[in-house]
Amino acid sequence: MSLTLLNVIVAVVIAIAFAAANAAYLVWAERRGAARIQRRPGPNINGPFGLLQPPIDGIKLMTKQLMIPGGADKILFMVAPVLAMAPAIMSFVTIPFSENIVARNMDIGVLMIFAFASMGAMAILLAGWGSRNKYSVMASVRAVSQNVSYEIPMLITAITVIMVNGSMDLKAINLAQAGGFWHWNIFPSLQSPLMPVSFIIFFICSLAETNRAPFDLGEAESELVAGFHTEYGSMGFGLFFMAEYANIVIGASLTTLLFLGGWGCPFGLFPGVWWFLLKIYLLIATFIWIRWTFPRTTIYGLLNLSWKILIPISLFNLLLTAGFMKVF
Amino acid sequence: MGGYFSDIFYGGKSLLVGLSITFREFFKPTVTVQYPYQTIKMSARFRGHIELLADDTGSPKCVACGMCQRACPSSCISLDSVSVDIEVDGKVKKKKVLSRYDLNFTTCSLCGQCVENCNFGAIDFSKEYNLASTRKEDFHFDLLDRLKRLEEKKA
Repeated sequence: MSLTLLNVIVAVVIAIAFAAANAAYLVWAERRGAARIQRRPGPNINGPFGLLQPPIDGIKLMTKQLMIPGGADKILFMVAPVLAMAPAIMSFVTIPFSENIVARNMDIGVLMIFAFASMGAMAILLAGWGSRNKYSVMASVRAVSQNVSYEIPMLITAITVIMVNGSMDLKAINLAQAGGFWHWNIFPSLQSPLMPVSFIIFFICSLAETNRAPFDLGEAESELVAGFHTEYGSMGFGLFFMAEYANIVIGASLTTLLFLGGWGCPFGLFPGVWWFLLKIYLLIATFIWIRWTFPRTTIYGLLNLSWKILIPISLFNLLLTAGFMKVF
Repeated sequence: MGGYFSDIFYGGKSLLVGLSITFREFFKPTVTVQYPYQTIKMSARFRGHIELLADDTGSPKCVACGMCQRACPSSCISLDSVSVDIEVDGKVKKKKVLSRYDLNFTTCSLCGQCVENCNFGAIDFSKEYNLASTRKEDFHFDLLDRLKRLEEKKA
C-alpha cells in the first residue's frame, strides 16, 4: 500500500471532519439526553429539534476574542488546546470502521491509540500550568493522577484481549471476532471466563480516561470553577470541548473493537460500517446516560476505585487468562 | 475481605438501581413549560403586587378612605382624592373620587395588610410576575392608570 500525499490529506480531512461533526452533535445529544432525563425538552428552538444549536454555538465560540490572562505562559497556554485535539484526531487514523474503511491499519494499532490517549493528560497538565491559576493547577494535578491510575487497569484489560487474540492489530482482533455475538471477546470464552468483568473494567476506565462524569474531577465546577480550562475562552475552550467528545468517540470505538466485535453483526448478517456506528453510538448513549445519573465522585473515591478494585481484579483476570491459555 | 466483595456487590447494585431510575424518567413526559411561548396559570393565592378592582361600571371600587395607606408598614402606598358633585335622586351631593393611587413596589414586602384592611374589597393581589427591569423607576406603579388600561382592554 503506497501512501501518496493526497491519500494522507484526504484521510486527515475526513478524520477532522468526523471528529468535529461528532463533537458538535454529541453536545446536542448530550443536552437533549440530559433534558429528557431531567424531564425538560432541552434545546429545541433553533431548527427542528434544536438541530441548528451546535453550529450556532460554534459560530459564537469562534467570534469571541481569544484572551490570554496576564502572567500566563503564553506558549504553553496556546499550545495546550491544540495538543488536546491533535492526538484525538491522530487516533482516528488507525481505527478500522469496517474491513476496508481504515486510513492506515497498523500492526500496533492498540499501542498507538493508547500512546496518543496518554498525550491528552499532557495537554491538561500544560493547560493548567500555563494558565497561572491555582484552580487550574489543582485540576491538572487531579486529572494527571486520575489518568495515571486508570491507564494501568485499562492497559491490563487490553493486554488480556491482546493475549486472547494474539495480535495488536485492531483489524486482526476484529476478524477473529467475526461471525456472531458468541465469538465476541465480551463473552466468556475458553481462554478466559472473566471476560465480562474485563469489559466492565475497560468501560469504567474509558469513562475515567476521557474525564467524563462521574469521574470529571479535572473540571469539578463546584470546587474548581471550571477546572483546567478556567482561563480559556473562545475557540481555546472550544478545542478542549471538541477533544473531550472526540476522545469519547475513540473510547467507544476502542471498546467496540476490543470487546463487541467491531463491525461484525451479532447474528453474522451484513457485517459492515453500520454495525460499528450503531455499537459506538449505543456506547456513547450509555456514557451520556451515566453522566446524568451519577454524582461526581471524590478524588479519594476515584483513586481507591482504581488501585483497590480495578487493578487487583484486572491483574487477577490477566493471570487467570494466562493460566487458561497455557492449560487449554 | 468479606467486606471488600460485598462493597463491590452492593455498590454495583446501587449504581444499576440509579441507572434504571434515570432510564424510566427518560421516557416520561416533560414537566416544564416553554416559558416565553407558554405560561402557567398562577394559583388563586398567588401574591403579586396589589391592584385596584373595578365595579360594574368600570370605575374603581375604591372610596379613597386611605385605610390601606395607613395600614402599610413600609409606606409604599400613596393616594389622593378629589371631591366631585354628583346627582343622586335629584339632589346634588359631594363625593370623594380617587384621583391618584401610586404603589412604590421597591419597598413593598407583599405582607397584604392593605388588602386585609380594605373595607370595600377594592384592592387585591394581581397575578403579575413578569417584573424585571434595570431601572427602579419601573417599579413605581400608577395603579389607577393600570386599571384604566385593563378596563379599556376588556371593553
